[in-house]
Amino acid sequence: MTIEYLQASTMPEPRRAVGERRTGSLRSRTHALADPAAQRQLLAACGPTLSFSGAIAAAGLPPLRSLAIDVMQINVGKFCNQTCRHCHVDAGPDRQEIMSSAIVDQCLDRLAASDIGTVDITGGAPELHERFRDIVEDASALGRRIILRANLTALFLPVNAGLAEFLAARGVEITASLPYYLAQQTDAQRGRGVFDQSIDALRALNVLGYGRGNGLQLNLMVNPVGRFLAAEQSGMERDWHRELERRHGIQFDSLYTITNMPIGRFLEYLQDSGNVEDYVHALAQAFNPATVPNLMCRSTLSVGWDGRIYDCDFNQMLEVGTHRSAWQTIAEFDPSTAPGREIAVGPHCYGCTAGSGSSCGGSLT
Amino acid sequence: MPEESYYRPDGLAHFADMGEAAPELWEKFSAWYGAVFEEGALSEREKSLVALGVAHAVQCPYCIDAYSRASLEKGSNIEQMTEAVHVAAAITGGATLVHGVQMREHVHRLSM
Repeated sequence: MTIEYLQASTMPEPRRAVGERRTGSLRSRTHALADPAAQRQLLAACGPTLSFSGAIAAAGLPPLRSLAIDVMQINVGKFCNQTCRHCHVDAGPDRQEIMSSAIVDQCLDRLAASDIGTVDITGGAPELHERFRDIVEDASALGRRIILRANLTALFLPVNAGLAEFLAARGVEITASLPYYLAQQTDAQRGRGVFDQSIDALRALNVLGYGRGNGLQLNLMVNPVGRFLAAEQSGMERDWHRELERRHGIQFDSLYTITNMPIGRFLEYLQDSGNVEDYVHALAQAFNPATVPNLMCRSTLSVGWDGRIYDCDFNQMLEVGTHRSAWQTIAEFDPSTAPGREIAVGPHCYGCTAGSGSSCGGSLT
Repeated sequence: MPEESYYRPDGLAHFADMGEAAPELWEKFSAWYGAVFEEGALSEREKSLVALGVAHAVQCPYCIDAYSRASLEKGSNIEQMTEAVHVAAAITGGATLVHGVQMREHVHRLSM
């Protein structure tokens, strides 16, 4: 902790309205921010001093370019059984944007044609996609590492009977969202009753052998329940191991912290509380050049529900496509293309470079 | 015009101005302060809770703002933070009360 850090943490802020709980996606409420262009505009209005490429240059670093692709992150769609308040995807039960079978086949075809080592399946709730098992089966047959980004409630819905066993049999890694080890904070963000269901799910996964250090990886994805930065990962991991074991007898492998992105419903929350500018400035102020070499956009191919390719899932939600010189859709994706495409950046990129850094695999430093 | 007050909400942003008239002392303070809060025998989270309690004991509004946020960022919850404030309150209350011993000594000395 430094003096600069302390100063950044005490900007004057209006008091938050108590008891206000939005339900439903932005889209279902026909909210102006349902349009990605409106989100981009709101972020851009935070000020011209926030140029991310400018910050990269000022740190003496070259513009962000891609490295070899390690991860194909497939976002199978925005449909989800939950409507979490911070969701950057604006996912929910009302969303109809779901990856078609034809696009799923294209993803699997391009995966087979490449040597990309990891398939990272996200959404929405990927477990509710009708081709989810096919994706796992094919990627598993190809010998790739598979990560499921789970919300912990979809996996055990009646419609998914036997799915957890199916995943365990194929060694699928589960990275599960759980913002806190107590119900109050978790339910405030994810919906009433979600904490108890999540704990039941974690117990069931432990019974299947997940999270016990014998190869079936169960990782927890932890993001702040509010507009403060993500905690230092290793200290938090220690606390969580202790608290989840003590309170619930639950074991897991690693804890990953991720910063809330000023995108989607978290952006709505910031706007409602009058804190968009303060939050984005706080992220920018915490810019850490040491995070830049490991930014996930550099080694990820992010595929949207409609087959479009993005540099990351956040750009995907803001509908900021890949550089015009690169492939635009998964059908066009050519694994033999040399790395080095220019990464599309914006003010939201400070979310991944703040403090210890942030990614789908946790902190970066 | 902001309302006149001894404590201005943006005051902490000017903390480093203390370095203008005594740069070397400020530098030493900054380095020492940073080192104090590094992970050690106590975790960063525990140190933030200690700081939060002390902030209340010395009634520093800047410190209360800063360490409420820092405690959340380090993974503490409102129950833990409330207990930290109670510890501070118990010690400050107890410190007042234990001076009653001095009062009693005076009373015994002055009384028949």
